[in-house]
Amino acid sequence: MMVPELGEIFELKAELNSDKKEKKKEAVKKVIASMTVGKDVSALFPDVVNCMQTDNLELKKLVYLYLMNYAKSQPDMAIMAVNTFVKDCEDPNPLIRALAVRTMGCIRVDKITEYLCEPLRKCLKDEDPYVRKTAAVCVAKLHDINAQLVEDQGFLDTLKDLISDSNPMVVANAVAALSEIAESHPSSNLLDLNPQSINKLLTALNECTEWGQIFILDCLANYTPKDDREAQSICERVTPRLSHANSAVVLSAVKVLMKFMEMLSKDLDYYGTLLKKLAPPLVTLLSAEPELQYVALRNINLIVQKRPEILKHEMKVFFVKYNDPIYVKLEKLDIMIRLASQANIAQVLAELKEYATEVDVDFVRKAVRAIGRCAIKVEQSAERCVSTLLDLIQTKVNYVVQEAIVVIKDIFRKYPNKYESVIATLCENLDSLDEPEARAAMIWIVGEYAERIDNADELLESFLEGFHDESTQVQLQLLTAIVKLFLKKPTETQELVQQVLSLATQDSDNPDLRDRGYIYWRLLSTDPVAAKEVVLAEKPLISEETDLIEPTLLDELICYIGTLASVYHKPPSAFVEGGRGVVHKSLPPRTASSESTESPETAPAGAPSGEQPDVIPAQGDLLGDLLNLDLGPPVSGPPLATSSVQMGAVDLLGGGLDSLIGGPNFVTPPAATVPANLGAPMGSGLSDLFDLTSGVGTLSGSYVAPKAIWLPAMKAKGLEILGTFTRQVGSISMDLQLTNKALQVMTDFAIQFNRNSFGLAPAAPLQVHAPLSPNQTVEISLPLNTVGSVMKMEPLNNLQVAVKNNIDVFYFSTLYPLHILFVEDGKMDRQIFLATWKDIPNENEAQFQIRDCPLNAEAVSSRLQSSNIFTVAKRNVEGQDMLYQSLKLTNGIWVLAELRIQPGNPNFMLSLKCRAPEVSQHVYQAYETILKN
Amino acid sequence: MPRKSHFLASPGGTSRGSAAASNSRPGLCDWRPAECSRQPIRAWSHRAAPIGDERNLDKGPLGARAEELEPVIKDNVVVVYEVLEEMLDNGFPLATESNILKELIKPPTILRTVVNTITGSTNVGDQLPTGQLSVVPWRRTGVKYTNNEAYFDVIEEIDAIIDKSGSTITAEIQGVIDACVKLTGMPDLTLSFMNPRLLDDVSFHPCVRFKRWESERILSFIPPDGNFRLLSYHVSAQNLVAIPVYVKHNISFRDSSSLGRFEITVGPKQTMGKTIEGVIVTSQMPKGVLNMSLTPSQGTHTFDPVTKMLSWDVGKINPQKLPSLKGTMSLQAGASKPDENPTINLQFKIQQLAISGLKVNRLDMYGEKYKPFKGIKYMTKAGKFQVRT
Repeated sequence: MMVPELGEIFELKAELNSDKKEKKKEAVKKVIASMTVGKDVSALFPDVVNCMQTDNLELKKLVYLYLMNYAKSQPDMAIMAVNTFVKDCEDPNPLIRALAVRTMGCIRVDKITEYLCEPLRKCLKDEDPYVRKTAAVCVAKLHDINAQLVEDQGFLDTLKDLISDSNPMVVANAVAALSEIAESHPSSNLLDLNPQSINKLLTALNECTEWGQIFILDCLANYTPKDDREAQSICERVTPRLSHANSAVVLSAVKVLMKFMEMLSKDLDYYGTLLKKLAPPLVTLLSAEPELQYVALRNINLIVQKRPEILKHEMKVFFVKYNDPIYVKLEKLDIMIRLASQANIAQVLAELKEYATEVDVDFVRKAVRAIGRCAIKVEQSAERCVSTLLDLIQTKVNYVVQEAIVVIKDIFRKYPNKYESVIATLCENLDSLDEPEARAAMIWIVGEYAERIDNADELLESFLEGFHDESTQVQLQLLTAIVKLFLKKPTETQELVQQVLSLATQDSDNPDLRDRGYIYWRLLSTDPVAAKEVVLAEKPLISEETDLIEPTLLDELICYIGTLASVYHKPPSAFVEGGRGVVHKSLPPRTASSESTESPETAPAGAPSGEQPDVIPAQGDLLGDLLNLDLGPPVSGPPLATSSVQMGAVDLLGGGLDSLIGGPNFVTPPAATVPANLGAPMGSGLSDLFDLTSGVGTLSGSYVAPKAIWLPAMKAKGLEILGTFTRQVGSISMDLQLTNKALQVMTDFAIQFNRNSFGLAPAAPLQVHAPLSPNQTVEISLPLNTVGSVMKMEPLNNLQVAVKNNIDVFYFSTLYPLHILFVEDGKMDRQIFLATWKDIPNENEAQFQIRDCPLNAEAVSSRLQSSNIFTVAKRNVEGQDMLYQSLKLTNGIWVLAELRIQPGNPNFMLSLKCRAPEVSQHVYQAYETILKN
Repeated sequence: MPRKSHFLASPGGTSRGSAAASNSRPGLCDWRPAECSRQPIRAWSHRAAPIGDERNLDKGPLGARAEELEPVIKDNVVVVYEVLEEMLDNGFPLATESNILKELIKPPTILRTVVNTITGSTNVGDQLPTGQLSVVPWRRTGVKYTNNEAYFDVIEEIDAIIDKSGSTITAEIQGVIDACVKLTGMPDLTLSFMNPRLLDDVSFHPCVRFKRWESERILSFIPPDGNFRLLSYHVSAQNLVAIPVYVKHNISFRDSSSLGRFEITVGPKQTMGKTIEGVIVTSQMPKGVLNMSLTPSQGTHTFDPVTKMLSWDVGKINPQKLPSLKGTMSLQAGASKPDENPTINLQFKIQQLAISGLKVNRLDMYGEKYKPFKGIKYMTKAGKFQVRT
C-alpha cells in the first residue's frame, strides 16, 4: 500500500475541517481518489466521519464509501458513525434511509452490527418499497457477518413475510436474499416453498425487473411440484420468459422448464408443445456476441445430451462460420456430432469435410475426429465416413492424414471386418506419420491385421529401429503389435519378437513397458496357447459415445443451467472454495407413467434416450480382473528377471513354442474375432491391460448354463466329459471339462460333430496339450463355427458328437440352447419390424406363457439384450408393457417377438412370429432359460 | 466470498457491498473477480455498456479495452462509483435501465459541472425516480416534448453460408426493431405487422405486453423514453431466406506454376428491385500467396501480404455493369498447391428493404390526445455472410 506524503494528509485534514461546504466536498473527493488508487488515508478517519452529517447526498455517499473501506481497520472510531446511521434511517428522504441501511450492511464490524438491528427492523417495515427492498438485501449481508444475530433478532421471519409484499421488486430482493442465506445453510429449510408462495412468486415474476426475474426463476427451479399437474401449470406461466431480451432470464427459464419437464408425461400434448417452444430461444442465443454464444453453446451441449429431441431439427444453426472464434467452433462441432443422426448425416459429413480443408490446424484436426465419431455414432453412415476419410487421406496434408488414421483405428474397433480393405491405403502413408498418437494407431492396425498385410514384419521392423526415441505410447503399441504378429506368423518373426522383448525389458527405464514386456515374455515362454488367447483375445466393441457426461452429473448440471457450473461442466463444489455448504441438486424423479411410453412411431431414430450406452469398463474393473488372472503355474522355473539375463531370449522362447510353430494344425482364430487394444483415451499403460483381461475376464456375454455331464465315465472307459455352450461377442464355443477317471494316461484327443440343423462344427481341433494322466482334469474351450454341413435334426437342437482318444472313440449327443445362435446384429429397424410383422402370416404365430418371472420390463429387456435378443420398441398399452423384440439366428432366420408384461403379474405372454415356425418352440425355451437364470 | 455460480445474475461476483469500484485500483480489474471468467462479465456488461455510452465514459462496451478506459474512469471515478452503486448491491444486480439510472445520477455535462460548482448541488438526483417502483419501471413520468415523434427502424442481418456451387447451406435472419420514441406523457402504442407469422423467435423489451402478442400477434406497449430496442427476432433456416447477392468466383492455383488466377464478380440476386450498396468483399488468402495483382472494374482493393487479407471496397452494385475483380496471384515458388480454399466474406446494405418480407401494418397511439409524427425505416445488412470457394 502506498503511503501518502505527510504534507498531503495534513493539507487534506485542513480542507476537511474547512467551514466552506464546497471545499469540504472537494476534499472528500480527493480523499476518495487517493483511497481508490491505493493510498492509505485511514489517518483521516475522524475528520471524514465528521463530514457525515450533511444534507448533500453526494457527499454523504462518498463519506459512506470511505467508512465501508476503513471501518474494519478502525473499529473504535467507526462507532462514532453509529449515531448518524440511526438518524439517517429515520430521514424523511427514502433515498437517504435506503443509503444508510445499505451502507450499514457493508460495515463488517461486530460491535457496530449490534447497534444496527433496530434501524434495520424499522427499514424492513418501511412504507417506501425502495427502502424495504434495500433492507431485504441488508439482511443477507448481516447474516454473512453474524448469522446467529440475524436468527435471534427474527429477521429471517420478517424476510419471509416480504415474499408476500405488494411490490414485485421487494419480493424479488427478498427471494434473492433468502436464496443466498439458504445456500450457505443448506439445512435451514428457509425457502419453504408451497403452492401458495409459488403462486405469489409467479405473479411477481411478471412484474419485476429482469434481474428480479432471474432471482425468482432460480428460486422456482429449486421447488419440487407435488405432481405433474402443478409442474405443468408452473411451466405454462414460466414459458413467456423465454421471449425475454435478457439472455440470463432466458437461460433461467430454460432451467426451470428442463427441470419440471422431467415430471411431465411424454405422451402429454403439452410436453410436445414445450419441446417446440424451447428450441427457438436457444437458437436465438447463438446470434449474440461470441462470448455469450459460448456460454449458450455450453448450456445447449448439456440440453442436447439430456433431451436431444429439442434441437434435432436445428442442426444447421450449429454450422461453423470460418471467422467464428476457435472456442465457438469446437463447441459447435461437438454439438453437431451429438445431433448427428441418420436423417442429417449427409449434411453433417459434407460440412465436416469442408472444415477439414480450413486453415486452422486445431479445428481441422477436430473436424477429422468428428467424422470418425459420426461413423461410430451413426452406423448407417460408417461407409460414407470411411470414404470421406479416405478422400482426406488423399489430400496428403500431413496432420489430416494423421488424424484420419487415428479415427480409422476407432472405426475398425467399432466395425470389425468391414473396412479392412482400406489398410493398403493407410500403409502408403506410413512414412509421413510423425505424431505419437498416429504412429501408435498405425502400429496397432498393422499388428491387428498382420495376417492380411504381407510385409507386416518389415513395416514393424522399420519402426523398431528407433525404438528408444519413440514415445511410451508408441513403444507399448509396438511391443504388443510385434507379439501379435509373432503369434500370427510365428515362423518368420521369431527374431523380431526377441528383439522387441529385449528392448522393452532390458534396455528400457519405463516400468510400464518393462512390465508389459515381462508379461508377454512369460506368457510366450510358459504357455503359448494361453498367450494367444490373451493377446489375440476379442475386445469388446467400443461404444458410440464415450464422451457423454455421466448421467447423474448431467442431471445435476441441468439444475445449474445458466451458471458458471454449466459452462465448466463441473458441479459447483468442484470449483467453489470457501467451505460453504453446497447443496447437491438433482432433477425431480420421473413420473412412473412416462417411463415406457416410447412407441415405435414417435421415438426418434438413433436417439440414445432410454438406452444406456455401454461404455468401456472403468479402469478399476480392469485391475480387478487382472488380479484374477492366473499367469500360468506359479512355479515355472527360476524368477524371470534372472532368467532373461542369463539365458537370453532364444532359450526362453524354446519349449512350449515349438508346438506353436511346428504344429500342423495351427489355425488362426475365427475371422469374426477381431480384437482391438488401442484404448486410446486410457493411459497407455492400461490400454494393454485391457488387452490381457478381455480374453480372461468375464464379458457380458449371453447366459451360460452350468456344465452338465455329457459323457459319464462308465460309458467311455474312464473319460468323463462335462460341457456347456457359450456365446461371447460373436463367437460360439463349447466349453469342455475332460476328466481322466481311468488308470492309464489318455492322449491323442480329437473331436467331431455329426451334421446338424445349424451346421455347427469345431472351428479348431481339440487341443489337449499334455497327456491326461489319471485323475487329472483339463478345461478346454473349443471354438465353434456354423459353416459345417446342415441336416435337420430331431429335436432341432440336437447335436451328436464323437470324441476320440488313444483308447477308443466315444459317441454322445447333447441339446444346445438356441440362444448361442442369436447373432449380434439381430436388431431390426423399427420400420422393417413393423412391415415384417405384418408380412408374416398369422398361422406362423406361436403363443407361449413364461411363468413366474419376477423381473420388470426394463430388466427383462436388458437381460435379453445381453443374449442378443433386442428390444426394437417399447409401448405401454392399457398399463401393460409391450416389448417388441427381434433376433436373428446364425443361418439368417429372423424371429420377431412380442412380450407382454403386466406390472405385478409374474406371468408374461410371449408371441413369436417367424417364417420358419419350427424354431419358435426352441426360441421360447431360450427365453425361459435366459429370464429365469 | 465467492458467490458461486450465478454469474449471469450476479456478475459482480465477490465484492460484498458496493465498494466494488474503489478498492485499490480504478478500472475494471476491480470488478472482474479472479474466479469469474470473461464471459459472465460480458453477459452483464452487455447490459451495462449502453449506460457507459450515455455517460460519455466509454466508446465501446465496458470490459472491452480496459487500458483505454482507465483514464476516463479515473477522471469520473465518483460518477462511476455512484452508477455502480445503484446497479449492484451485495453482488445482486438491481437497476440497469438507463432511464432510471439517468434520473438517479445525472450524466455529467460541462454545463452541469459549472452549475454544480456555483450552486453546490450534485449529480445525484435528490428524488426517488418515479419509474423505479411503478408498474412501468422503464418510463419516467412527466416527459414533455414540443415535437412528438416516434421512429422505428426495422434492421435485418442475413447470416449465411453459400457453398462453392452457389447453393445455400444455411441462411438465417436476425432482425431487430430499434425505436426512438419522444412522446409526451404516458402514450400507449400498438404496432401491428402485415405478416407476423414470419417471426420465429422473438425477444421483447420488457415493456411489450406478452399476452397480447400471444393472442393477437400485436405489439402493445408503453414505450420507454428515447432510444430502445423494442424487439429482436429470428427467422430461421426452416423458412426460405432470400439471398440478395451472388458471387461468381474462379480462383485457381496450379501445382506447377507460380501464378494463380483470381477472378470474382458480384451481382444482385433477389433484391426486390432495390440497390445493393456498401458492398465490401474480404477474403483471407492462403499462406502460399505472396502477392496479388488485380484490377477492379470499380471500387478500390488492398491486399496485405503479411496477413494475406484481401479487401475490396466495391460500393454500389450496378446491375447493368457488374463489378468484378480480376488478376493473378503470385505464389511461393516450388511450394505445392495450398490445401485450403479461401472463403469470401461479404458485407452489404440494402436500404428500404427487410429481406424477410416483414412489413409494419400500422402504428396507433392511445392514452394521449396529441397526434405524433410516425416514421418507419427498413434496412437489410449482411451479418456473417460467407461464400466458400
